[in-house]
Amino acid sequence: MAEVLVYVDHVDGAVRKPTLELLTLARRIGEPVAVALGAGAADTAATAAEYGAVRVLTADAPEFADYLVVPKVDALQAAYQAVNPAAVLFPSSAEGKEIAARLAVRIGSGIITDAVDLEQGDEGPVATQSVFAAAYTTKSRITKGTPVITVKPNSAAPEAAPAAGAAEALEVSFSEQATGTKVVSRAARESTGRPDLTEAAIVVSGGRGVGGAENFPVVEALADSLGAAVGASRAAVDAGWYPHTNQVGQTGKTVSPQLYIAAGISGAIQHRAGMQTSKTIVAVNKDAEAPIFDLVDYGVVGDLFEVVPQLTEEVKTRKG
Amino acid sequence: MSLRIVVCVKYVPDATGDRHFAEDLTLDRDDVDGLLSELDEYAVEQALQIADEADDAEITVLTVGPEDAKDALRKALSMGADKAVHVEDDDLHGTDALGTSLVLARAVEKTGYDLVICGMASTDGTMGVLPAILAERLGVPQVTLLSEVSVEDGTVKGRRDGDTATEHLEAALPAVVSVTDQSGEARYPSFKGIMAAKKKPVTSWDLSDLDIEAEEVGLEGAWTKVDGAEERPARTAGTIVKDEGEGGKQLAAFLAERKFV
Ligand SMILES: Cc1cc2nc3c(=O)[nH]c(=O)nc-3n(C[C@H](O)[C@H](O)[C@H](O)COP(=O)(O)OP(=O)(O)OC[C@H]3O[C@@H](n4cnc5c(N)ncnc54)[C@H](O)[C@@H]3O)c2cc1C
Ligand SMILES: Nc1ncnc2c1ncn2[C@@H]1O[C@H](COP(=O)(O)O)[C@@H](O)[C@H]1O
Repeated sequence: MAEVLVYVDHVDGAVRKPTLELLTLARRIGEPVAVALGAGAADTAATAAEYGAVRVLTADAPEFADYLVVPKVDALQAAYQAVNPAAVLFPSSAEGKEIAARLAVRIGSGIITDAVDLEQGDEGPVATQSVFAAAYTTKSRITKGTPVITVKPNSAAPEAAPAAGAAEALEVSFSEQATGTKVVSRAARESTGRPDLTEAAIVVSGGRGVGGAENFPVVEALADSLGAAVGASRAAVDAGWYPHTNQVGQTGKTVSPQLYIAAGISGAIQHRAGMQTSKTIVAVNKDAEAPIFDLVDYGVVGDLFEVVPQLTEEVKTRKG
Repeated sequence: MSLRIVVCVKYVPDATGDRHFAEDLTLDRDDVDGLLSELDEYAVEQALQIADEADDAEITVLTVGPEDAKDALRKALSMGADKAVHVEDDDLHGTDALGTSLVLARAVEKTGYDLVICGMASTDGTMGVLPAILAERLGVPQVTLLSEVSVEDGTVKGRRDGDTATEHLEAALPAVVSVTDQSGEARYPSFKGIMAAKKKPVTSWDLSDLDIEAEEVGLEGAWTKVDGAEERPARTAGTIVKDEGEGGKQLAAFLAERKFV
């Protein structure tokens, strides 16, 4: 059976959930061969194997952390040459997409980004994408070279399928461009203790209607009662009320949770682009004409400062 | 020596319009108004600010697109860019990211550059990969997804706010940069700017000017193929209630019914 390269997104050896989804999808196309780079790379092997990796190629060198993207492209190119895979899959993170794109140019292959599903077709992998702010669903495939595909978080439920997955050292020689962009400093973002926005089953977002940073705890309290992640519209982010990393929409995160709750958000097309594919959508807005109500399964026309705290209390009571 | 900045701008269909596919599964441009991608306005803005700081700089705006794409160039010129290059050719219809990047790379080289500035993503394709590909093709550093950027003594510096960390980056020119919508509001063209833009030079090139064969681009040359496009079924109308004092409780009951609590 053909092998499929899967790029492992990890933090010091802890594999992030989108990679488990990727390994699950990769098994529809062939046998996953994981590629893990940087500090802790070898520690990813056990998890990768649990989700079906038949081999785990690992490399660590200071270049991976000290320079932007290109050292990783060099490593993926080395893995590509060593494995001769049927496809190369990446998580659709900013970094994943950039590595994928440069690899595609180097190996003379087409690239598909932001797939939300993947299956094996007669002529290779077929990717489902959500386009024009999720108004359309397309099916595409790559017609030149080895398919390089990036897949969005939440595209599949991770399923364990234990395989051998032993770590093997990958030999990488860095290109001249590898040290072109220096990472002068890196400050890790502090964890809020809440679930990751793109991975959460429930997301509660606040918009301009929240009225100020001092009011966001109203949104956070509801999120915490549901074990949810907190999101924000761009209007709330631009006003400085909530960090940009929490922005949902075209220039923020795309989320596709089981439940999305929008409080004080009008539902502009660029916001919808980031949440339209959520399974259940709920909104609280005092304007009955707000476009967000076109999307909802349940909507409450009212003041969020009345409705949301009452909802939070009721959720707490019901959960006991 | 003058700092030569090339800003890549895309002409896109208005996202608030009714965007759909043509029969050949490319974007139907007929029914929707086009404009300069809002995300590329941020690139033009940063170019103008970098040029202001430099002793001597020249900004060229570059687009690959149909005849109407000239509107996007005019807008950028009215914001303050100095000149424009329009790559237009019937054979470009249906070109994908790899093809577009080839055309942009050749055009950037022919123009001459120290710094290429792109937007973070196009508002129609939203791939966000072109700047990285362009850097790969040009063989220069990529300093991408910056929320802050500056140029000093032949070095470009910037801040990248990523998912897990904030990074400060640095590279020697020539380089390819992309900026996010966090980099600072783009200016509106002034009346004077709009008048001045009418007199600024716009150069047109076709594929032969860039030594690119028709087979390398367009729908035939594309490396990917869309086999089908379906409109997402409209969401079935939900329940909407007016809060009469029990809205939160009603919502909780709905969430309980759907097993979220
Ligand atoms: C290129 C581009 C990219 C963009 N990317 C994004 C993106 O990624 N994400 C994004 O969100 N936007 C994005 N936008 C911006 C988008 O167009 C909207 O401006 C933005 O989403 C509006 O945010 P909002 O709904 O919070 O604010 P508004 O549109 O001002 O809506 C606020 C809503 O709150 C309601 N309200 C006010 N007070 C209360 C109250 N007390 N109780 C209940 N309801 C109340 C109002 O009725 C109103 O409907 C982008 C725009 C462009 C041009
Ligand atoms: N046809 C085009 N002409 C000029 N610049 C483009 C074109 N397509 C993309 N770009 C540039 O590349 C960036 C990223 O585009 P994309 O990878 O398509 O999302 C845009 O913000 C533009 O700066």
